[in-house]
Amino acid sequence: MTSLTLVRRICARPSIVFEALTTPHGIAQWWGPDGGPVLLAETDVRSGGRFRVRFRLLDGSEHESTGEYLDVVEPKRLVMSWQWTSGGEPDEGGEVSRIEIDLKRIDSGTEITFTHARLKTDVSRASHERGWAGALDKLVLHFSAQGIVDTQIRGCIEEYAK
Amino acid sequence: MVNYNERQLDRTFAALVDRTRRAILARLEREPSASVSELAKPFAIKLPAVMKHLDVLDDAGLITRSKAGRIVTVRLRPEPMREALDWLRRYERFWSKSLDRLAAYAENKEADARKKGR
Repeated sequence: MTSLTLVRRICARPSIVFEALTTPHGIAQWWGPDGGPVLLAETDVRSGGRFRVRFRLLDGSEHESTGEYLDVVEPKRLVMSWQWTSGGEPDEGGEVSRIEIDLKRIDSGTEITFTHARLKTDVSRASHERGWAGALDKLVLHFSAQGIVDTQIRGCIEEYAK
Repeated sequence: MVNYNERQLDRTFAALVDRTRRAILARLEREPSASVSELAKPFAIKLPAVMKHLDVLDDAGLITRSKAGRIVTVRLRPEPMREALDWLRRYERFWSKSLDRLAAYAENKEADARKKGR
């Protein structure tokens, strides 16, 4: 089981970032690992509501994920379950993972802390079953200078008023 | 999402599961090359056992061996490791790229809102 956390500072107020995270129009602008288009985005932003996002990669393959909003505190916090329903990572076999997003108001805008947790993969399962738990974590730490936590802080062009 | 070479990943992780083999790779990461006897020196195992570990690493494409006279020189071949790391970090790439675009989009919206005096 692995988890990753990304921290970014965004030069925009939390309400704008929250809107970008939760509206279909907003999601269509950023979701996905490359510049391929979002084909469909549906959101029902309330605890118990669901979301669905379908996107196409530049290589032409299409992928879809869905999940349930578990905690919604506008414009501060968003927790949702997450799984691939089409394409995605075949080795996850429909496993449900969890995304937690926290937005903190800072002088320059918003600090976003994004965590994708409870990711289970065949390798992590196998590593636990075979008793070599931890070997992969050590491997990542050994060969990756960055580790699994990535913090990218950059300055804003202007300081936004509070 | 990216099509990884599953068999290569299997071989890479199987090779990395052993502590002695990891120690050999870590050493070759620090030193450009080493002879088999130099590699064997820190370990309390016999040379044939070290040779077997080198066979596994070679089959996985993680090292290359070249022979000059009686000396076999071993070098790291990092490509399969890079692919394994890419695989381990696939979600980081996914979300990192996404958040970069999210930031750009939100910052444009913020600039628009400020122009309108909100």
